[in-house]
Amino acid sequence: MAEKSRFRDPDLAKRIAEKIHKLAQSEGNVKICHVCGTHEWTITHFGIRSLLPASVEVIAGPGCPVCTVPASEVDEAVQLALKGVVVACFGDVLRVPGSKMSLLDAKAEGADVRLVYSVSDAVRMAEKEPSKEFGFFAIGFETTTPSTAAEILHGPVENLSFLVSHRLIPPAMKLLVEMEDLRLNGFIAPGHVSTIIGLKPYEVFPRLYGMPTVVAGFEPLDVLFGIYMILKQLSEGNPRLENEYQRVVQREGNTKAQELMEKVFDVGDGGWRGIGTILSSKFRLRNEYEPYDARLKHNVKVEHGIDIQPSCRCHLVIVGKIKPTECPLFMKACTPQKPVGACMVSIEGTCRIWAKAQPS
Amino acid sequence: MCLAIPAKVVSVKEDKARVDFGEGVLREVSVTLVNAKVGDYVLVHAGYAIQVLDEKEAIETIRLWNEILEAETQQKRKAQVG
Repeated sequence: MAEKSRFRDPDLAKRIAEKIHKLAQSEGNVKICHVCGTHEWTITHFGIRSLLPASVEVIAGPGCPVCTVPASEVDEAVQLALKGVVVACFGDVLRVPGSKMSLLDAKAEGADVRLVYSVSDAVRMAEKEPSKEFGFFAIGFETTTPSTAAEILHGPVENLSFLVSHRLIPPAMKLLVEMEDLRLNGFIAPGHVSTIIGLKPYEVFPRLYGMPTVVAGFEPLDVLFGIYMILKQLSEGNPRLENEYQRVVQREGNTKAQELMEKVFDVGDGGWRGIGTILSSKFRLRNEYEPYDARLKHNVKVEHGIDIQPSCRCHLVIVGKIKPTECPLFMKACTPQKPVGACMVSIEGTCRIWAKAQPS
Repeated sequence: MCLAIPAKVVSVKEDKARVDFGEGVLREVSVTLVNAKVGDYVLVHAGYAIQVLDEKEAIETIRLWNEILEAETQQKRKAQVG
């Protein structure tokens, strides 16, 4: 493959930054929103904001699935674990606060909670230990959802069920663009979600909302070129959908993955931490796959959860309304070692990324 | 969470493949979602290959980037000459 360093060439970065500065001169204030924790990592880690003119702001939207999973669904996972079901989850999920407890707290109380890298690991564990009940806490956006769908379609062992918490990104982007006080001027669309869903779900943003939308990759130059493409569209007065990440993202997306998701899930309204309900934003198991639904199988019931702890500003950080440094708890009561809010937990959470990038 | 890492396919057996993440890190991943063959580079997310990478497009991306920047430089030169 074309080696990584070519996508991180400092000379190219400097030159594209100069172009961004030039275009920005005739644009006034520009606010660009991305919706992916990996984009935030690239932007913060490589200091991309420091290369931009003061008039161009890049904010992080709700692009971290671990941060946006509502407390009520963490509570469900905790309830499942305390009922004696082995809960398998991705590493980041372990410390995400529920209303009262995280899965880590449940583990400390003796529950069997195990970290997995992939849903396949949960399947293998359940196969090896047929006398135990397993529940996979299925979190993630469209990038992750196909793997859950594939395992369910494959017909996993009877002692494995799924606590499905998968979410869709485009409905969250629609919510952001409709928040008038955010005053967005462009979207950097998430490259790996787009690998699965393709370009079509984003067409609505330039068409209906006049919002330049560029699917971008995760190398620093990808992001810089994405920003340049948005500014170029603004300067031409021609908002459109463009794909900067052509080496990975195809127009139609991964159709095989889409078919699997379509077979296993339908879409309903879903709660997002600190945001509330977003219409048509949650994957739900179709009726025929109900036997794999951990909520039904183990009679899990949670009425409502407490998403935000007192003084925590996660709900504002998640939609990009404030920077982590504007939260009174940031790096005081809330640190990566002892997180209060979900945004400080995940390696893709905006607060956690900013915390790690702080000079120590 | 949506982090995905490129890896080279070393062997394929049914819907599983052994892939090389570089520096000796080998792992079995699922290739259910892609049509991957030995020698391909795939993008791996949470134990699943989600796309076969297109080397031609990767080179094309860098070419395009340079083209955008060159066009600018040429315009500047023209402006200076003019």
